[in-house]
Amino acid sequence: MVRLVFLGKLADLAGVAEREIEAPLDWQGLVDELHGPLRETVMQDRTRIAVNGALLADKAALQARAGDEVALLPPVSGG
Amino acid sequence: MRDVRLLAEPFVPGEYVGPFTNAHPGLGGVCTFVGEVRSDDDVEALELLHYAPMTLAGMEQLADQTIERFGLMSLLIVHRTGVMLPGEPIVLVSAAARHRRGAIDAVDFAMDHLKSDSWFWKREKRGGVWNWIEPRGEDYADISRWG
Repeated sequence: MVRLVFLGKLADLAGVAEREIEAPLDWQGLVDELHGPLRETVMQDRTRIAVNGALLADKAALQARAGDEVALLPPVSGG
Repeated sequence: MRDVRLLAEPFVPGEYVGPFTNAHPGLGGVCTFVGEVRSDDDVEALELLHYAPMTLAGMEQLADQTIERFGLMSLLIVHRTGVMLPGEPIVLVSAAARHRRGAIDAVDFAMDHLKSDSWFWKREKRGGVWNWIEPRGEDYADISRWG
């Protein structure tokens, strides 16, 4: 399984902070799993993806395997 | 040298700045900024969320970059997470340097990057309802000053 982690407002859109889905997982597989506003927000350019804490330069290159943690990161608003 | 911390509980800035200053004999100047939760606009509370695998590591990279860029003796960054009330400190940045200019500019640089380039998500509560804060255009303009 791959663990999906929804950060910030994505957790509200997903209704959960984390979720497990079948491995392996690529970008198209991820998009197919999501629906509605969550899917639209994840597809926006400003939403980034990290695998096991490492940010992907191109989220379409996502290739997650069993045991990986995939974080979905909306634009930050900190400080 | 750097000292970077993420705290889930309220903190007293002076309890960090005093020891930080004392730890660097021979410094020419210390510049400190403390950001607090503003108490205007009916804001009842503010919450900062982070992502453990990335947030602290990103702040440590920022600290190293700031020390290198401004030739600091040391940099202290303390950042809150969790729920905060108006008047509580959110962030503390303190830079120790041989000369004034480096310390002042380093704090400005670190704050701009903490606000727009660190892994935090902020929401605020007004009238009992939580709302996510979207990034502001000014934050991106602030960070672009540094090239």
